Amino acid sequence: MVPAIEIRGVSKTYASVRALCNIDLAIPQGEFFALLGPNGAGKTTLISLLAGLARANTGSLKVMGHDVVADYRQARRALGVVPQELVFDPFFTVRESLRFQSGYFGLRHNDDWIDEVMARLDLTDRADFNMRALSGGMKRRVLVAQALVHKPPVIILDEPTAGVDVELRQALWQFVRQLNGDGHTIVLTTHYLEEAESLCSRVGMLKQGKLVALDSTHNLLRGFSGIHLRLRLANGALPGSLRPMLAAAQVSGEYVLALHDYSDVEEVLRTLRDNGLEVAAMELQQPDLEEVFVAIMRRE
Amino acid sequence: MTGFSTLFYKEILRFWKVSFQTILAPVLTALLYLLIFSHVLEAHVQVYPGVRYTAFLIPGLAMMSLLQNAFANSSSSLIQSKITGNIVFILLPPLSHLEFFGAYVLASAVRGVVVGLGVFVITAMFVPVPVQNLLWVVAFALLGSGILGTLGIIAGIWADKFDQLAAFQNFVIIPLTFLSGVFYSIHSLPPFWQQVSHFNPFFYMIDGFRYGFFGVSDVSPYLSLAIVGGSLLALSFATLSLLKCGYKLRH
Repeated sequence: MVPAIEIRGVSKTYASVRALCNIDLAIPQGEFFALLGPNGAGKTTLISLLAGLARANTGSLKVMGHDVVADYRQARRALGVVPQELVFDPFFTVRESLRFQSGYFGLRHNDDWIDEVMARLDLTDRADFNMRALSGGMKRRVLVAQALVHKPPVIILDEPTAGVDVELRQALWQFVRQLNGDGHTIVLTTHYLEEAESLCSRVGMLKQGKLVALDSTHNLLRGFSGIHLRLRLANGALPGSLRPMLAAAQVSGEYVLALHDYSDVEEVLRTLRDNGLEVAAMELQQPDLEEVFVAIMRRE
Repeated sequence: MTGFSTLFYKEILRFWKVSFQTILAPVLTALLYLLIFSHVLEAHVQVYPGVRYTAFLIPGLAMMSLLQNAFANSSSSLIQSKITGNIVFILLPPLSHLEFFGAYVLASAVRGVVVGLGVFVITAMFVPVPVQNLLWVVAFALLGSGILGTLGIIAGIWADKFDQLAAFQNFVIIPLTFLSGVFYSIHSLPPFWQQVSHFNPFFYMIDGFRYGFFGVSDVSPYLSLAIVGGSLLALSFATLSLLKCGYKLRH
């Protein structure tokens, strides 16, 4: 089976700024993939290259096996992109915008699917509203609908939940999960790393145009982060023997200890008991993608 | 073809939804030109024998409005889409550069012809204007609006800001239109300026268009047709090349 997205040796320079440097990446069909990185890391540039909005200096990019330059028609038919910017055409209604987008992709009489997409994104009662009359969240839903009108097998969401309220965020993720369950490949960029952690099976991290990490979410969490034990003592200070385990400086009477695994908890408690110390509060913190992300960005 | 026809329809609907600004306003402006110029010059100027100045002015005003609005349509649509960012809706789908070009130029031609026809119908109520040969009228209307629609695409993709587009319009399109013989015959000019006028492609559009009404022109309508047709071909080729390489659209 051809990969949904295949990127080989891609570099891109804008004027004197190197936006991407020799990127190799393959995303299999059906995957929910997170593309992470700080601002300016090259995420949007990579998406622009895949979508044909920009052209690579070197290397090749394929969507469902179709080269984005040589076979751009097929490549673009296979791809739906939700852009990061909240853009809209102020002349038209929601339904007109979706019909036009459908027509640009060569689809006539697509109203049944347009109605279904609008219903699933809770846009039906706004169908005949002018785009200018919609709230930011509604405009974001229309952008998602526009990316889906041609039923693309590969969907790229470039920071789709930036500035979006909780209700829409949850509705959007439920819909995107459904699409992924139906076999669509999803590529997500976001700064909300808890979203990426809960949704995506694999993660790629970009920094200054380079792919600095690429692994399953599970492996990244296991390999880069331990368990943290946050505790507050009722009396006294942390014994010297536990100080090497401190993960962060003491803040307002709280200590954060880095553990290798859960069996270390017993060792910590035993040491505290032996020193006559009592625990006032204690919390075990699971590793999360944000810690992994910060660690990788610092390391690289 | 669905992509092309959709983009064409979208461009038509775009100007139709603001027809007060895109159709009625230029018709009113042309009417004011006619009223003022005919009031001032009717008694003093006769360009062609037996043709009243007001009648002479009408085809020129119709063509001038047609050209300016054809240019405005494609250029304003593109610059607005670029600045607001909604140009991505056109760039993400599998539209070819030929479909892109065809849709924008044809929609510009439609707006130009609608405005030109509107100007003619309203102004012709004041003085009868003969139509000697409708074929010449239609040919120059279509070729002229095609040229300006094409120039509008070039300006729209070249300009990064509204003031750059305004500069293109105010320093190129309007002077070339005003100095093309809309309000006068170039035979009334000194010999040097007559020669200069022959380098203005807009002159041939107006002159050929006017020939269709009066059967009289400053130069042969066949020469005008060749120059206007050649200009459209050359500009179309240049614009298609720009679109194919993604100039200022695909970075």
